[in-house]
Amino acid sequence: MDNAVPFQSHYIPNTLEEQHFMLNKLNAPDIDSLFSDIPEKYRNPSLNLPSPLSEMQIMQELGSLAAQNRTLSSGPSFLGAGSYHHFIPAAIKPLITRGEFLTAYTPYQPEVSQGTLQVIYEFQTLISNLYGMEVANAGMYDGATSLAEGVLMACRVTKRDHASISSTVSPAYIQVIETYCQAQGITISTFNPDNPEISEESACAVVQYPNFYGGIERLQDISDIAHDAGALLVMSADPLALGMFKSPGDYGADIATGEGQPLGIPPSFGGPYLGLFTCKKQYIRQMPSRLVGKTSDKEGKDGYVLTLQTREQHIRRERATSNICTNEALYALASTIYLALLGKTGIQKISNLCYQKAHYAASEIAMLPGFQVQNQNEFFKEFVISCPIKPEAINKKLIAQNILGGLDISHLQQNSMLLCVTEMNTKNDIDALVMALKDL
Amino acid sequence: MQQGGNRNTSKLLMERSISTRVGAIVPDSDVPIQPSPKDDLLRTNLELPEVSEPEVVQYFTGLSHKNFSIDTHFYPLGSCTMKYNPKINDEIAFLPGFADIHPLQDETISQGALNLMHELQSYLQEITGMDCVGLSTLAGAHGEFAGMLMIRAFHQNNKDLNRTKVAIPDSAHGTNPASAAMSGFDVISIPSDDEGNIDIDFLKTIAGPDLAGAMITLPSTLGIFDTNIAEVCSIVHEAGGLVYGDGANMNALLGRAKLGHLGFDVIHLNLHKTFSTPHGGGGPGAGPVCAKSILYDFLPAPVVKQVSAGFELITPKSSIGRISGFQGNFAVLVRAYTYIKTLGAAGIKSISGNAVLNANYIMESLKDIYDIPYKRTCMHEVVFSASSKKDQDVNGLAIAKRLLDYGFHAPTMYFPLIVEEALMVEPTESETLETLDAFIDAMKAINEEISKQPELVREAPHTTPVSKLDEAKAAREPQLKWEPSP
Repeated sequence: MDNAVPFQSHYIPNTLEEQHFMLNKLNAPDIDSLFSDIPEKYRNPSLNLPSPLSEMQIMQELGSLAAQNRTLSSGPSFLGAGSYHHFIPAAIKPLITRGEFLTAYTPYQPEVSQGTLQVIYEFQTLISNLYGMEVANAGMYDGATSLAEGVLMACRVTKRDHASISSTVSPAYIQVIETYCQAQGITISTFNPDNPEISEESACAVVQYPNFYGGIERLQDISDIAHDAGALLVMSADPLALGMFKSPGDYGADIATGEGQPLGIPPSFGGPYLGLFTCKKQYIRQMPSRLVGKTSDKEGKDGYVLTLQTREQHIRRERATSNICTNEALYALASTIYLALLGKTGIQKISNLCYQKAHYAASEIAMLPGFQVQNQNEFFKEFVISCPIKPEAINKKLIAQNILGGLDISHLQQNSMLLCVTEMNTKNDIDALVMALKDL
Repeated sequence: MQQGGNRNTSKLLMERSISTRVGAIVPDSDVPIQPSPKDDLLRTNLELPEVSEPEVVQYFTGLSHKNFSIDTHFYPLGSCTMKYNPKINDEIAFLPGFADIHPLQDETISQGALNLMHELQSYLQEITGMDCVGLSTLAGAHGEFAGMLMIRAFHQNNKDLNRTKVAIPDSAHGTNPASAAMSGFDVISIPSDDEGNIDIDFLKTIAGPDLAGAMITLPSTLGIFDTNIAEVCSIVHEAGGLVYGDGANMNALLGRAKLGHLGFDVIHLNLHKTFSTPHGGGGPGAGPVCAKSILYDFLPAPVVKQVSAGFELITPKSSIGRISGFQGNFAVLVRAYTYIKTLGAAGIKSISGNAVLNANYIMESLKDIYDIPYKRTCMHEVVFSASSKKDQDVNGLAIAKRLLDYGFHAPTMYFPLIVEEALMVEPTESETLETLDAFIDAMKAINEEISKQPELVREAPHTTPVSKLDEAKAAREPQLKWEPSP
């Protein structure tokens, strides 16, 4: 090395002797000489970073940083709004941290990637089935970007450049759609889901199911109105609601997307999550991201490959359906394991538990003076309450009792809070919340 | 190569399903029974498997054996930087204080996480010579998209509305033109000159009032440091454009040169390449955007800012907007942060030194039997051309597949597009000399086979769990999910 004191890292096996041996073979005096193509005035800039820490020190330092964050499991938590506190079976972590899955690249060499490829085929199967849709892709970044790509795809399919979005779609999701559409000449308007008007210029009606406020809308009406206008129905659905409620396919969705985080993925302060993306088979050539297909090898043995790649950036370049490349394959694996473990009856039970507990919480809070449940329609695991005082003040009082309250949405609805109740909230948790609200 | 272990993986989950088997016990409800929803809202049919936990664990473990990975095989996939992924990084990312926290929980109870993100922003600034960093982009291509939208917003903010074109070298990764197109630009392809550098004369002909900027990968995908890079940036700047840097190949430059000094205005980093976070079979990654101060106001939202009370998430004044659901792939950021903390400045510089040394060692050892299109010192990767093997009717694909039989993952093939029969080899810094020598020996042995038994190479692979797969059939009759036989 060119440093006075040779640096040794446990991640770099080359010894000084080996470096000298290799440099000799190259007829190079030192490692620095290999960088002589870099103009001298730019070469070897100062680099001001903290001194290296050993694993023991890292564990201590980052352990104390981690301890400054309040974890969802450390007390009753009722925060949702796109990221959820759900049960994660113990078998998932040891499987997804197996080096063979964790440290593999995108399966471009199918002969030595059948593990990952078969997993993605399983994922496509289970997600298609859960969403009641004909085709699912190998995954997108997250629920928000997946919905935005759904809008772009609807514009390609219909050759229209306007998207009609329900006013009850998550504000963050709408912002991401705006970011994705801003440079492509696609305009956006919002519609009232109770009185949907979809024009014949519109590529799609975009809805969220359940919507941002937890409610389940008259989706069949919206579907019919969209289709009458020649527009596609693009739906973002919570995968765990689908253990109990009708599937996007049941409502005639053309493109159905979702946030896969509830399926065995930790909340991790916002990511990595998993974008779910499904559609009708007739539109597959306009789909973004990877697809795995079944085929056979020379001996007729079943095998799996990446397919229909002419849609993708590495083949089609600027004419690709999307620029997406690396996505969230490891978490597609996690969600596949989750769906396999919970299975048909487990998913139904988890769905039902969320529903039961959320409705219990809502009915208890509705009885408190000054509080009202705002949802007119049926809801699943989230609902909106209006409060007698500012939600911000309520949340402060709750956290003092180690209860994580709901999302303050008073900028959207006066003095309102979006609460989320899942299978992870016990009756005691819910009763503690109700008691705390009562005693404000 | 293990052949799938003893556990049979041929049956898919739906084929294994047996009614009443369960893989997880869900507790009964502990609240009073609530009124049911109306029937017309309810689902009547749910097709999911019913399997037990042991079957699930054994099935997925069996499937894992059918993969090559860094932990099991040398994986010299060019431009993908398949380096060792430290286990401590995963351990830290799984700490409950990082994994079990909600993205929308109040900033007062998330200070540890925000502090980490803020420090990571400053480390990445320092490493790249940039002034500001946004962490909310979720992969390399996502970072490219954000960066190009920032360039678009910059010009619009200056009322400079006619800048519709973006210049991209013909050696670029496919995501570059795709990201430029998603950002509303027309792509102009710039040829490379005889030495593999950007053709300066051509660039001058297109550097005009309609040029929004250029997208450049450094070192290029030819594995070469473009010696004209500072001039390239000046030409684009003089024309009023901005320069985007694709940081996919940053492993070569760590501590050796800062893209900000060379004239780049905005770049992305691939934390899942340079900063050792695992690739997971295709993600998750993270693609932070690093920019000069003139672009700060346009960064995607949110970014972490230090204020008197601690750290908070803010939206820059003229932000291109929110580009992902929350504030980024946090667990990936934690891993990259841990990596930088473990290495420090000397360690960071040692990565590039050893990565480049290893690549040059492979080039030197094989240059007499596989053609090198550009005879220069390479950076972190070396591009060979197998075009001379066509006399034996053997192409680059066949050589790559034959390597699988020797227990090595294939190099990147047929990329960059401008090299005929390209084989792009990136060894990284984390491989031993013994492994490099074994790979070199395998490449030599394959060269022998090409002259003596070309059909052995042509028909490869022979030892993998499946032999060559019929990709044409997969595309012709797409079967994209399991369906019950009729």
